[in-house]
Amino acid sequence: MIKKTFRQILDFEKPVVELQKKIIEMEEYARETGVDLSDDINRLKKKVDSLRKEIYSKLTPWDRVRLARHADRPYTLDYIERITSEFIELHGDRYFADDPAMVTGIGQIEEHRVVIIGQQKGRDVKENLHRNFGMSNPEGYRKALRVMKLGAKFNLPILTFIDTPGAYPGIGAEERGQAEAIARNLFEMSHLPVPIIVTIIGEGASGGALGIGVGDVVLMLENCWYSVISPEGCAAILWKDNSKAPVAAEAMKLTAPDLLKLKVIDKIIPEPPGGAHWDYDAAAQNLKKALLKELNQLCKIPPQELVEKRIEKYSQMGVWKEK
Amino acid sequence: MDWFKRKKGISSSEKKVIPDGLWVKCDNCGEIIYRPELQKRMFVCGKCDFHFRVSCKEYIQYYFDPDSFKEFGKSIKPSDPLKFKDSKKYTDRLKAAQKATGLNDAVITGEATIEGQPVVAAVMDFFFIGGSMGSVVGEKISRAIERARQKQIPLIIVSASGGARMMEGALSLMQLAKTSAKLAQLSDEGIPYISILTDPTTGGTTASFAMLGDINIAEPGALIGFAGQRVIKQTIGQDLPEGFQRAEFVLEHGFLDMIVSRQEMRSTLSRILKLLQPSENKKTKKKTSTQSQSRGESNEKPIVKKETNSTSTENKKLPHESKT
Repeated sequence: MIKKTFRQILDFEKPVVELQKKIIEMEEYARETGVDLSDDINRLKKKVDSLRKEIYSKLTPWDRVRLARHADRPYTLDYIERITSEFIELHGDRYFADDPAMVTGIGQIEEHRVVIIGQQKGRDVKENLHRNFGMSNPEGYRKALRVMKLGAKFNLPILTFIDTPGAYPGIGAEERGQAEAIARNLFEMSHLPVPIIVTIIGEGASGGALGIGVGDVVLMLENCWYSVISPEGCAAILWKDNSKAPVAAEAMKLTAPDLLKLKVIDKIIPEPPGGAHWDYDAAAQNLKKALLKELNQLCKIPPQELVEKRIEKYSQMGVWKEK
Repeated sequence: MDWFKRKKGISSSEKKVIPDGLWVKCDNCGEIIYRPELQKRMFVCGKCDFHFRVSCKEYIQYYFDPDSFKEFGKSIKPSDPLKFKDSKKYTDRLKAAQKATGLNDAVITGEATIEGQPVVAAVMDFFFIGGSMGSVVGEKISRAIERARQKQIPLIIVSASGGARMMEGALSLMQLAKTSAKLAQLSDEGIPYISILTDPTTGGTTASFAMLGDINIAEPGALIGFAGQRVIKQTIGQDLPEGFQRAEFVLEHGFLDMIVSRQEMRSTLSRILKLLQPSENKKTKKKTSTQSQSRGESNEKPIVKKETNSTSTENKKLPHESKT
């Protein structure tokens, strides 16, 4: 599939985009004039594939961060639309407000009825103001917990999608207990008696991500990042210089392969060539396939065993010496 | 109290170690205090009640019965899983911190008594890389929680921490989940956990165990929050209200049970512990526990036969209950 419009083109995407444009032109020309250009077009397509392979094999961790933030990247609702046959969004934390940066609801994927929780960014300025750039307030975490408990009550497995530049750092957020809201979610998610499958679909920044990130299995799409702080934040504190973010990204080991090695995540979900934003449907298919596989396995485990294993999984986290 | 009149510009994260020398200047009111006098007052200013930052050793001395603290978990030491280097190598930072504080990492764990009542305690130390939580802090605190669960005695965690440790990346973040999961296990067995938040308790530490106490107590004036003040200021583009993120502010907004001065802490803890005796607590808990236990968490306690009566209907009831 060829993508025609872009909100953003990263520097390393440019050569590919140029070739793609040429292909589109040639296809249009062929259609209009009836001239057979299929050999040339196929040759160019192959060139795109090999060029892309070459470029993507050399991407730095910072490049991955930029892919995770790509303005064209599919967000939670794009995936929900493509993987569910039914979805009903639910609103409000029942205490204070509804937080549009956090989407929650009940739905169905094939034979599985599920709860879905996900952080939602906006596509343009207006949407981003509404979604607060995917940065939740405490209400978002409390809404997520409310709906997850609904899942536990009706024995529905929980799927969460992480995509946030962080929990919102505002005065109101502090007043209403951002830290408590996140802590409460970690506490409760660790022993909810239904399967929880966490997927990082974009950015996974710190406690704001982890607040919906405790589960039996943690999956991660190929071009995402997940760490204790953003590369910019880390650079500002340790290097005293925001512009050192690419260096910090390298040091922080925040890419999917790094996190797999550190056992922070369990599996990597491949993205279509060029990244999820080049083909929403293919990305969603991969995601759906991975989720179904986990759902089928986790649903067989009795609740008590599930929770024991989950707590055990987190008990193992970390690296230390002992003698 | 003068907490809200604190001079602007003293962000508590920049205050340093208690200075050496025979005379000490109060960070808050500027009073010059004779050091032995200050020590006698547990490093609390006699004029303005300012609580100086102190190390874990002082907290152990102030909060627990004399000589009652028996350390465990000392053999757990930090490593450098990411081979992290910024302007300095992480291993060098660790060595420097170990040398300066005499600690292996930013927490000490042990068993102690409070007016004769046994507790398991974890006490953090802000002077070890800002009290930051990496793998060792997470593991030691988790083992302390586990010990409290095994021995069925109350848990006390004294927090003094800027948050998760950046030099261990996502592994540090995972310590939030790890400690919270262990606390959920403890809570399910009806063992009391008292969280004491001292200056400062921020970031990932607040967003995990520090906010999860059955009782949350802070020292006066302690900085307590999630996001750093500079970040908030940058985000909203305006100045922060006076007293923002101080213990008094956090109490007012409902996230602390009380603010207790350093001198009153031990007796207050003792009074609370007497009222939250695990054994009595558990009796009442068991009555309702058929529901709450069937969450499916690992309750290895052999005495409780909840498997037999946790039918699926009961199972379904449970997730509603909030624990604290």
